[in-house]
Amino acid sequence: MLNIKNLHVKLEEEDKAILKGVNLEVKAGEVHAIMGPNGSGKSTLSYVLSGKPGYVVTDGTATLEDKNLLALEPEERAAAGLFLAFQYPVEIPGVGNMTFLRTAANAQRKARGEAELSAAAFLKLVRVKAGELKIDAEMLKRPVNVGFSGGEKKRNEILQMAVLEPKMCILDETDSGLDVDAMKLVADGVNALRSEGRAFLVITHYQRLLDHIKPDVVHIMADGKIIKTGGPELALEVENNGYADLLAEVA
Amino acid sequence: MAVAAHKTEGAATLLARYAAPKPLNWLKGARDSAADRLSAMGAPHGRDEYWRYTPPAPLLGDVADVAAVQDAPLFDADDAYTLVFVDGVFDAAQSKLGADPALSIQTLNAANADIHWAAESYGVLENAGQNPVPRPLAALNTATAEQGVLIRVSGKAAKPVLLRHIRKAANAEAMLHHVIKLDAGASLTLLEDGVIAARSNVVLEVDVADGAAFDHMRNQGRDHGRVLASHIFAKLGAQSQFKSFTLSLNGALSRNEAVITMTGDSASAHIAGAAVGDGAFLHDDTIFITHDAEHCESRQVFKKVLRNGANGVFQGKILVKPGAQKTDGYQISQGLLLDDDSNFLAKPELEIYADDVVCSHGSTCGSVDETALFYLTSRGVSKADAQDLLVLAFLDEAIAEIRNDDLADLLRERLGGWLARRRK
Repeated sequence: MLNIKNLHVKLEEEDKAILKGVNLEVKAGEVHAIMGPNGSGKSTLSYVLSGKPGYVVTDGTATLEDKNLLALEPEERAAAGLFLAFQYPVEIPGVGNMTFLRTAANAQRKARGEAELSAAAFLKLVRVKAGELKIDAEMLKRPVNVGFSGGEKKRNEILQMAVLEPKMCILDETDSGLDVDAMKLVADGVNALRSEGRAFLVITHYQRLLDHIKPDVVHIMADGKIIKTGGPELALEVENNGYADLLAEVA
Repeated sequence: MAVAAHKTEGAATLLARYAAPKPLNWLKGARDSAADRLSAMGAPHGRDEYWRYTPPAPLLGDVADVAAVQDAPLFDADDAYTLVFVDGVFDAAQSKLGADPALSIQTLNAANADIHWAAESYGVLENAGQNPVPRPLAALNTATAEQGVLIRVSGKAAKPVLLRHIRKAANAEAMLHHVIKLDAGASLTLLEDGVIAARSNVVLEVDVADGAAFDHMRNQGRDHGRVLASHIFAKLGAQSQFKSFTLSLNGALSRNEAVITMTGDSASAHIAGAAVGDGAFLHDDTIFITHDAEHCESRQVFKKVLRNGANGVFQGKILVKPGAQKTDGYQISQGLLLDDDSNFLAKPELEIYADDVVCSHGSTCGSVDETALFYLTSRGVSKADAQDLLVLAFLDEAIAEIRNDDLADLLRERLGGWLARRRK
């Protein structure tokens, strides 16, 4: 599904390398977690994969089902099946949540040569998915993320994911700022989407999210590289001992 | 204070250019005094404080040819009492005035001395609005206009009055003067639709009595080369409501002035505008709102989207007179620049002589929010569509000022279509 080879990235504005040779393969149906200390490059990896401006790829490749992601515009990556659940979902005053969702869903359908959904069919689809995430109809009418609580913003991200049905989902610290109940709700939303044809890359600081979203593979990232890969037990090790031992082990 | 000789000469030139309108006995006194006013204040000049950012030359010399853009009317004539003007001349055959017991509608050139209220009102609010800032083009209009509509509103009008403008000649010039008087408790919605003429000068005087409500929405059309100076002069009585919204797309020069004075307690004045300009475009909102009574509320909301070297100007003032306690004033002007070549110039002014008031104002100028743009595109929305969504979102605070939600939605839909077509 997602294949990253020797990815090197620096900031556009200053000559500062952030990713220093990331290698990662996520197969269809798998859930991978990336953990790592602050500043290790986890969020940068998610931004570079989704096409956020401000980064320069200096070496390496990233493909989604053999499509060269790095050559595509952000909207083309989305149409190819990539989705990033933002760590800080953006507030867009004046753009209705429902309008935004429909515009996005139909743009992707159009790009893939599929028929656009009628307004009625789309509304029905969104209502069902929103109900599962306990997002009330009032939130759908409000401008995108404006006045939403931290938990509502994250649930809104998962709603978008559920409606857009991407193949490759990246969750960037979706658990940050969530209370236990909200985290459970978000995790349930993600688990409902797990399927053979879909893969997840879950970026998190804490093991607790992984209690709810059980990963197949856990990677530890530090200083722009993946330094260790293992099973779910690796996350528990980090939870118990911190990153210091792992960093020392590699050094 | 004596004005410069060139300004006096300019006024004489203007008066000569528009000399000898069709004689109307009941208007003679008002026209003559307006001509005297204009001579005394002189023609507008680029060195005048309120013309510094908007060179008045295109409003003064010969009228250039203007190509017409095909555009369907925004408002449905069947839902309104409709007056059609062709190049600024009333066309009775195409008009449908209807018969509403709350309305008395007459056109300026057909009106006679029998309508005492009009004779007593014509030019009065314009004259009052000349102080402290002179508005010579409005005086010129009062002195020489022979087209326009006179509406007396004695109750609640069942339907809006629609002024539908149709352009024919490439270089026609229109001079329209409308006078509207709402009696106590009366209400009227006035709609204006379309480009009036290649060049036009419009004055709208609105006297809103106690407890009356006036709602105004105008679409100034999309012709690129058109030149326009408009003035609204309004006086608001106690507990009256005034709302005005203007949409401007394209246009070489639009100078929209409004002078609104609240003379009765608990009156409310809202004025808003959305302008979208591309290339040779200069759009200027010059607003003066006076609070001269207690517990009055006013809002100014002006948004301009500019690209390819387009220019936006905002000069907005809130004057709170001594004794106008509990005033609630708000003013926002914002420019969204879609490239580095465009300009937005704002001059917000507050002048407050009462001590128990709330007045807030803000002015911003910036480009499209890159973070929001990335968020939208990361969901699959094309960059162009995402930018249009953000442009509409930017304009929405002004559009939300429209009282009628259906009309606001109609406008949003049209704007979306216009933005999408503009790219092709």
